[in-house]
Amino acid sequence: MATLTREETQNLIQEVLEVYPDKAKKDRAKHLAVNDQSIEQSKKCIISNRKSQPGVMTVRGCAYAGSKGVVWGPIKDMVHISHGPVGCGAYSRAGRRNYYVGHTGVNTFGTMNFTSDFQEKDIVFGGDKKLAKLITEINELFPLVKGISVQSECPIGLIGDDIEAVSKKMGKELDKPIVPVRCEGFRGVSQSLGHHIANDAIRDWVIGNRDGDTSFETTKYDVAVIGDYNIGGDAWASRILLEEMGLRVVAQWSGDGTLSEMELTPKVKLNLIHCYRSMNYISRFMEEKYGVPWMEYNFFGPTKIAESLRKIAAFFDETIQANAEKVIEKYTAEYEAIIAKYRPRLEGKKVMLYVGGLRPRHVIGAYEDLGMEVVGTGYEFAHNDDYDRTIKEMGDATLLYDDVTGYEFEEFVKKVKPDLIGSGIKEKYIFQKMGVPFRQMHSWDYSGPYHGYDGFAIFARDMDMTVNNPCWKSMQAPWQKPAEGEAEAVAASA
Amino acid sequence: MPNVMIRKNDAGDLLFYVAKKDMEETISSVEMDTPETWGGDVVLTDGSRWYIDPISPPPTFPTTLRFKRGDE
Ligand code: SF4
Repeated sequence: MATLTREETQNLIQEVLEVYPDKAKKDRAKHLAVNDQSIEQSKKCIISNRKSQPGVMTVRGCAYAGSKGVVWGPIKDMVHISHGPVGCGAYSRAGRRNYYVGHTGVNTFGTMNFTSDFQEKDIVFGGDKKLAKLITEINELFPLVKGISVQSECPIGLIGDDIEAVSKKMGKELDKPIVPVRCEGFRGVSQSLGHHIANDAIRDWVIGNRDGDTSFETTKYDVAVIGDYNIGGDAWASRILLEEMGLRVVAQWSGDGTLSEMELTPKVKLNLIHCYRSMNYISRFMEEKYGVPWMEYNFFGPTKIAESLRKIAAFFDETIQANAEKVIEKYTAEYEAIIAKYRPRLEGKKVMLYVGGLRPRHVIGAYEDLGMEVVGTGYEFAHNDDYDRTIKEMGDATLLYDDVTGYEFEEFVKKVKPDLIGSGIKEKYIFQKMGVPFRQMHSWDYSGPYHGYDGFAIFARDMDMTVNNPCWKSMQAPWQKPAEGEAEAVAASA
Repeated sequence: MPNVMIRKNDAGDLLFYVAKKDMEETISSVEMDTPETWGGDVVLTDGSRWYIDPISPPPTFPTTLRFKRGDE
């Protein structure tokens, strides 16, 4: 199907909005837009970071998910207590595939689930005693734990437990950082506020821990990778490029990261941010307090990688700049071969995305490297500044949808007829049953890494594997297929 | 009176960032921007006006300052 014109896209949005009652229609209309590259500020065309409408399907998460699941969870040598009832942690355990090295249960705890398992009596009488006991127990059972974070679930805020006091007391007793995080799920409109709260907790309880300590030997090439959660090994695939350039990666936030890496981050020369949405707060803080500059980069697809490597190198001296060129050159043959292999199979295919944090804009370049076109994109929990950054990346007259509802997304897909959809697990089976090739773009559909040159090879293979999978031709039972000859007639008239 | 973080972007322009509102805007003009003082009426590229009592000596950026809305 040909690309939609601006008018057609506008009509499509109107058509989709028709089913809503007036009030809901008015609200949802603000979240759907046709991209216009000439607009500088996204707030002129799209509203984001607002409460979802009751009664529609949204795939957003809660603040607890943003803090425990996204920011704190991957810090591997700490135990993160899901403080409250058992479900929140149990159902989200280890689903994110943020890889790490270490012996789980001995010195790393990433895939384990710790919870205070609130019962009725804890709600009635308060859970502070239980929390203190739990912290002591964790320290006894896992003596190598470097610190503990207390991730509040909804009831904690409702019953007014004083987790800060418990954390302070226990922190002194055990001589380890115990970090209370007030990320109760009811706060904010999405997981986004959880990121912010988690960042603030890091600011208050972690960042300053080594302020007077000069024992760490710094070099002039120290950097930190911020907002890379090592999904399927992403941070590793990024890290090697930086190291090949001659930079020293002091910290990984927070995929495969450790507490001491975080504590050392204020001592680096440059913070590199991959996921702007979830970690810009702490980077801004470090810039203000410690004078560490930060920059956003993008390691999806060779075009953006080369661009980013050069941009990073520009912060350093000529050796690094020359090294960056060498790194790009070293991988050129490799990625050209990949493009040569997959581009002919993927050329011209249309993609619709609906993901979180950074991917709705960051992966566009990687698709374009493969000759594919992103015709619609949207975020679950973005803010204005994310859309500001998206408008320029997306083609003119493409669709933008914020916190898209299940119904809207389905209707868009029916009309736009993309060749591939990239979204989450909740959308996956709906669209596959509709016969549209689908990749789960949160956890890379059990694949990855997708960052870096190594990741691009896997990305290209996965996209080809999905789009050109023979199963899409078998969506109809043989007896429902039009007889031969008839099929051609149908095709000709379409 | 929101807390505003002022920082420089790559191009050297000053950015006006209000965390609570997720607002990041470029500053188009500052009433007093001399080696001795910085502040007064501040106009952003979106046309909104803000005010801060002039500070001397000028602060080093990035820094967080409290601004008043210009129309207050
Ligand atoms: S909203 Fe509350 S109860 Fe639900 S998962 Fe989040 S923290 Fe748990």
